[in-house]
Amino acid sequence: MPIRTEPMTINLGPQHPSTHGVFRLRVTFDGEEILEVEPIFGYLHRGTEKLAEERNYVQIVTLTDRLDYVSSMINNQAYCIGVEKLLGVEVPLRGQYLRTITAELQRIASHLMGIGFFMQDLGTLGTPLMYCFRTRERILDLFEMLCGARVTVSYMRPGGVFADAPEDFWPALARFMEDWETEFGEIEQLILENEIVLMRCRGVSPLPLETAINCSVSGPVLRASGLAWDWRKMDPYDAYDKVEFDVPTATNGDNYDRFWVRIQEIHQSARIIRQCVEQIEPGEVRLKLPLVLRAEPGAEAYGRVEASKGELAFYLVSDGGISPYRCKIRSPSQINLTVTEHLLVGWKLADMIVTLGSLDINMGEVDR
Amino acid sequence: MSCHLAEGNILHDTLMYRVVYDFVCPVLPAWLSYLVAGLAIMIILVNMVLLGAAVFVWAERRLLGRFHNRIGPNRWGPFGLLQPIADLIKLLTKEDLTPANADRITFFAVPIVMVMPVILVLAVVPFAKDTALANLNVGVLYILAVTSLTSVAIFMAGWSSNNRYAMFGAIRGVAVLISYEVPVVLCLLGVVMVAGSMSLSGIVAAQTVPFLLVQPLALFVFLAGTSAELNRTPFDVAEAESELVAGFHIEYSGVKFALIQTAEIGGVLTACAVTATLFLGGWSGPAASYLGWLWFGIKVAIIAFIFVWVRATFPRLRIDQLMALAWKFLLPLSMINLLATTLEVYFLRSDQGVLSTNDLWIMSGINLVVAVTSIALFGILIRDKVRPSKPTIPAGAVAPAALGEVS
Amino acid sequence: MTVKAMAGQELAERLSQAVQESVERWDTTTVWIDPPRINDVARFLREDPSLDFQFLNSISAVDYIEYFELVYHLTSFERQHTAVVKSRVYGRESLSVPSVYDVWRGADFQEREVWDLMGIHFEGHPNMKRIVLWEGFDGHPLRKDYL
Repeated sequence: MPIRTEPMTINLGPQHPSTHGVFRLRVTFDGEEILEVEPIFGYLHRGTEKLAEERNYVQIVTLTDRLDYVSSMINNQAYCIGVEKLLGVEVPLRGQYLRTITAELQRIASHLMGIGFFMQDLGTLGTPLMYCFRTRERILDLFEMLCGARVTVSYMRPGGVFADAPEDFWPALARFMEDWETEFGEIEQLILENEIVLMRCRGVSPLPLETAINCSVSGPVLRASGLAWDWRKMDPYDAYDKVEFDVPTATNGDNYDRFWVRIQEIHQSARIIRQCVEQIEPGEVRLKLPLVLRAEPGAEAYGRVEASKGELAFYLVSDGGISPYRCKIRSPSQINLTVTEHLLVGWKLADMIVTLGSLDINMGEVDR
Repeated sequence: MSCHLAEGNILHDTLMYRVVYDFVCPVLPAWLSYLVAGLAIMIILVNMVLLGAAVFVWAERRLLGRFHNRIGPNRWGPFGLLQPIADLIKLLTKEDLTPANADRITFFAVPIVMVMPVILVLAVVPFAKDTALANLNVGVLYILAVTSLTSVAIFMAGWSSNNRYAMFGAIRGVAVLISYEVPVVLCLLGVVMVAGSMSLSGIVAAQTVPFLLVQPLALFVFLAGTSAELNRTPFDVAEAESELVAGFHIEYSGVKFALIQTAEIGGVLTACAVTATLFLGGWSGPAASYLGWLWFGIKVAIIAFIFVWVRATFPRLRIDQLMALAWKFLLPLSMINLLATTLEVYFLRSDQGVLSTNDLWIMSGINLVVAVTSIALFGILIRDKVRPSKPTIPAGAVAPAALGEVS
Repeated sequence: MTVKAMAGQELAERLSQAVQESVERWDTTTVWIDPPRINDVARFLREDPSLDFQFLNSISAVDYIEYFELVYHLTSFERQHTAVVKSRVYGRESLSVPSVYDVWRGADFQEREVWDLMGIHFEGHPNMKRIVLWEGFDGHPLRKDYL
């Protein structure tokens, strides 16, 4: 017979070690069990969309870095694709490949962070997290060679990338691709078949596919629920139509599946990078465009990429001026949070933390 | 006037006490000598716990650093050995906050109630030959009784802090402590039965074969149970950094936090010392009369390393899985151990009720087989119990058929 | 094997058949619909098997001074096509349109965000309050006349 206790309401966050930033959940517990949950956010709202209306098209690239600050390359890419659609221009081939390589490196880095913090939420004392950071650190070093910045890169520009990769970037990338497998293999060995990880994650907080689609969930969370939908395949941009890769999916949509899909995506990203390195040819990396861009009045574009967290899109509207009339950001982290209530109610406090970790949200993107 | 502790005195067995008493009794009256000797020993003991905790903090941070692929504290002092002192100074100079609606007296009492059992337990642990501060003939019982005070302290902390996280942590902590007490007590019964004594010195003396071999199942249960009672990963639900931030001691700061931290780390050391005494033969080893303290130290260090290793490796269990582990896995195992040991002792002991070294070897052979089979058996049985069954996804929307080439 | 953008004319024909007087105009990519009929149109878009827009990508609002434009980006996984549906809401004060929350749960946060930053109220949304700004904030910052 279940024992009922007096419901207890707890504010989880905004200052909490495992809410991935300043996220707040108002949770009502019955003992350990969750009765009600309400996500509250906005603590990191910086008004990016309003700021974008005041800046010209190239300046906005730096704003996009600060959205999902663990995958800024992909944010750059999404925005630049939006602007290119708005202007109706095409990026030179080498620029496309460089974009693809850096975006996939960034996806690996972002997923590594996701996996590491997921393990941290499961209660490990930082060991898997540090292992993940070891690999991520090398990716950031590669970015540093490309553009001098490690996290807020601003490497891409409308019409290509900021500069061609330096000579020593390619050997460094080759070294990374060699060492990466063994380094990541250690992490996989440590966590994938760990009995406690299985106990804690398998079958916990499953997300049925119907709910996932209805709640506009995208990215690894959607694929973990069983739908093989990836914008890199379905609406190819940059060099994704020139490389082969699979879209890993799982069937249950539980915490383990979400985390497993991310691990598999890392392998696919590595596959894409290898093909790109083989195919890339010398040439221009950036289209010659005026410094201050102007689009046709009334033009609009929906630049969309498959970011590490899901579908990231920039809806840009132009009035003919030097800055976009409207720059709406469709942030995957925020919209993936729609399912929190569905996922959390009825599960326990400890599961709640793990489920939030498995959604892999980033507050910079949720609040914008 | 004789200035020596009489042979029949209960404190005569304790070398340290006897030495101090003999040193001061020529100049002081007998009752004052008793008191001075007692106080001197208490000071030694308390400082040993504090120093041990400091060394353990350093060792754990360095080791965790190695596990994490980083260096760990290495700046302050040789190999960073003075780091704990820096930590302590930081904690001592911090503001000592008390929440507005806290139950002040209880809140204040918690650190003391937490530190007390740790120091009390060490009183009966023999560090070397004849050095147990009090050679109690009910040593094991005493240890169990004293350590169960911790659950009271944890609940006091949770209740008095007027914080829901603390309350959550306290509820969890008490549930865990009470549950894990049962298998730990039962597995220690086996040890007591084989040794034929509850005194820790008696148990050390009885270990002609280390009880690590004679009672492997008991050691397994004891280690799992104590790490749950000590709130260490994978059983640290009461603190659960990623869930409850700090659990029951969330509102403590400054000196009080330092004391709670000392109690926890001292608790680990105490558990290591007790484990070394009960299962690894305590101070016994080559040239034990002179080097007993060294062997004891080495054994404690080995077990402490295992604790750190486990802490660095495993994720945390959920509270219901933790309870299931206690009642469905560790309790049956300790029962099996108790049953096997009882039968063995009954059939093997001599007419005087003593077990010879040969008997112990026979027992260790049987018990190893029992341990391996029962752990494997219960491991398989519990796996389905604690793992929630796989949910079924309602049929309907599936991946578009056109997406043929995806894996 | 990529998604196609659905032609505005085709969509407009389907919609005007299904929901009376819902389509205001269309061009090559977009259909403009009458604001009060948003919910009915949304339900038809989702439930019609040949349209099958199960997935709501995003809801955006654009302030054109004399009117606000709501932009719905939609995707069908089964049919592999996308569509853009827009709706013009005239006026500045106490604007209200029907919510599509009951059609697509994914509209939850996005409608709240439109209310928060643009000040368009969605009727039928169960939890219509500010999302990124705090309750009691004065004004709707993404409007062109805000600062």
